Amino acid sequence: MATIPFPEEKTTGPSFRKPQGPVKSFVRRLQTGDEIAHLITLAFAASIFLITLLLLYELWRHSALPRHRFGWAFFVTSTWDPVFENFGALPFVFGTLVTSAVSLMLALPLGVGAAIFLAELAPPRISAALSFVVELLAAIPSVILGLLGIFILVPFLREDVEPFLKATLGFLPFFQGPMYGIGMLAASMILTIMIIPFIITISREVLLAVPVDQREAALAVGATRWEATWKVVVPYAKSGIFGSVFLALARALGETMAVTMVIGNDPRISASLFAPGYTIAAVIANEFTEATGNLYLQSLIELGLVLFLVTIVINALARVLILVTTRQGTANP
Amino acid sequence: MKRIRLTASMNAAVAVFLLVGALVFFGACSTSEAPKSNEVRINAAGATFPYPIYSKWFSVYREQHPNVAINYQAIGSGGGIRQLTSGTVDFGASDAPMTDQQLAEAKEKLGCDVLHFPTVLGGAVPTYNIPGVDATLKFTPDVLAGIYLGKVKKWNDPALTKQNPAVNLPNQDIVVVHRSDGSGTTFIWTDYLSKVSKEWETKVGRNTSVNWPVGLGGKGNQGVAGIVKQTPYSLGYVELIYAIQNSMPYGMLQNSAGHFIKADLASVTAAAAGAAANMPSDFRVSITNAPGADAYPISSFTWLLIPTRIQDPAKKDAIIGFLKWMMADGQKYDEALAYAQLPEAVVSKEMDQISKIQ
Repeated sequence: MATIPFPEEKTTGPSFRKPQGPVKSFVRRLQTGDEIAHLITLAFAASIFLITLLLLYELWRHSALPRHRFGWAFFVTSTWDPVFENFGALPFVFGTLVTSAVSLMLALPLGVGAAIFLAELAPPRISAALSFVVELLAAIPSVILGLLGIFILVPFLREDVEPFLKATLGFLPFFQGPMYGIGMLAASMILTIMIIPFIITISREVLLAVPVDQREAALAVGATRWEATWKVVVPYAKSGIFGSVFLALARALGETMAVTMVIGNDPRISASLFAPGYTIAAVIANEFTEATGNLYLQSLIELGLVLFLVTIVINALARVLILVTTRQGTANP
Repeated sequence: MKRIRLTASMNAAVAVFLLVGALVFFGACSTSEAPKSNEVRINAAGATFPYPIYSKWFSVYREQHPNVAINYQAIGSGGGIRQLTSGTVDFGASDAPMTDQQLAEAKEKLGCDVLHFPTVLGGAVPTYNIPGVDATLKFTPDVLAGIYLGKVKKWNDPALTKQNPAVNLPNQDIVVVHRSDGSGTTFIWTDYLSKVSKEWETKVGRNTSVNWPVGLGGKGNQGVAGIVKQTPYSLGYVELIYAIQNSMPYGMLQNSAGHFIKADLASVTAAAAGAAANMPSDFRVSITNAPGADAYPISSFTWLLIPTRIQDPAKKDAIIGFLKWMMADGQKYDEALAYAQLPEAVVSKEMDQISKIQ
């Protein structure tokens, strides 16, 4: 953008280059602002990168003690004992991944399905009204969702959903054990409610941006409306829909307040979704304020570093997934 | 031409934005309150449990002494100790006394000792939700430790029914609930269990957070209370103040004299009085399982942490003045906020300790 020539510059070029006093030249540069815009936006973009690096550096610097004491064992130890100062991240990583994965499994079909309806099938008036409601849902503070979780979702899970799951799917290890209501399932469901608006809103925008020609071409060769939507429009919008899933996943990995209110906060690994669990963000929020002792405090900081790494790895994996699937898409038209 | 207009207007917008930004910045600087010449500003940080009474004290004290402003941040006991040690606050506050290691670290960084001043008392009580049972249950120390160790699993365990013969306890699993956030309440709860159960002391120990053998974790008093209320056959612990203010039912505990005591402000003060007799000179004392026929066994002081050397004489006078006022006049605000008062014997010992501040 910086190199777009201006008409005036061509006609009166040389006289513009002459310095006409510092004030005038500053005003001139301001008026032809591309250079400045370029620098300012560059600085803004660079600041994001710098903030990330600085964050990583600070987390690394302040977690030296547990890194030396526990080494890689920090990732595979499942004890978290502030009294005897023995710390391991495994149950927290497990809880974070499981709740995020389950919530994504629930939210993906619901969210994409709703987005397809809103973008392709619903009458415009209904679509606009529902989209407004979805955006409202995104604006609810997580502490409110957590409270609704404790007082409405948890009793509902304990009285109805979990007994039903146990009766029908109880042969699976995921649906066994005592039913408290509070636990991984409750946390996953709260997360689902929190991330669905992201998936719906972004997927809907992406679907709406698919050119009309694509639809018309599909209809012209005899596709039904659903075939045109499912086989032409959705694949066209695939990478955008993936983008919405990333954003949703990032939210799910980092969500703290609502999760800690319903997950049971117990650092134990259990296959059952009924069992209580713990996530990285939740334990940091819970224990950081009262953490005395350097090893304890720094272990919590190292957990922050672990969350950072988990997020990076998952994002990288997801990007590889996109590359693979979109390549398939173009290879098989 | 169109493009140039656009950039020109954009530049104008940027210029206006910068100008407004600069005005706000300088405006903020110039309007920020200039401290009155004789005003003493004191920063403090620490425990959240005594925050309601502390903020009451600090505001009343400021009304009576307009030149002293004490700013207290309730960031948690651990944070209070850290900030005091690094010298970013004038004094700290904690629900658990500083350990020898923490005191040594503070001495190294501050170049002076740190004094503990007990301010008020609190307690922790067992609260439960058993459908069909309204009676006040009696718990022995062994039963309570057994439940939290995961050994007493059922409500109709003989150890429980023996103490509560009149209550029809159901054949249901006990759902154990504890605090998930680090807290002084957890500290005194686990401190008590460590004193009454050897197994608890060696397996779990005492701290603001521990590695719980069993149970669900709730965030804060309201989190534990919420889970207990929502989960049938559950048992948890909350601060006495929280239970009183929310009129929650809670059980009686057997104290060291063998009496079953229902916690209230008087029985918590009795525990402090029982412990006052052999109070160490630095006040770093746990009063759980204290002697005394009326003492409630899960009680604790909460402390202000004050360095022995305060450089600024104005600050020193202000802090000493506040301490004296807090022990004489301040205590009368305790009851209204459901805090237990310091016993006389402790107050007079603390008055002596003030002279150590230089």
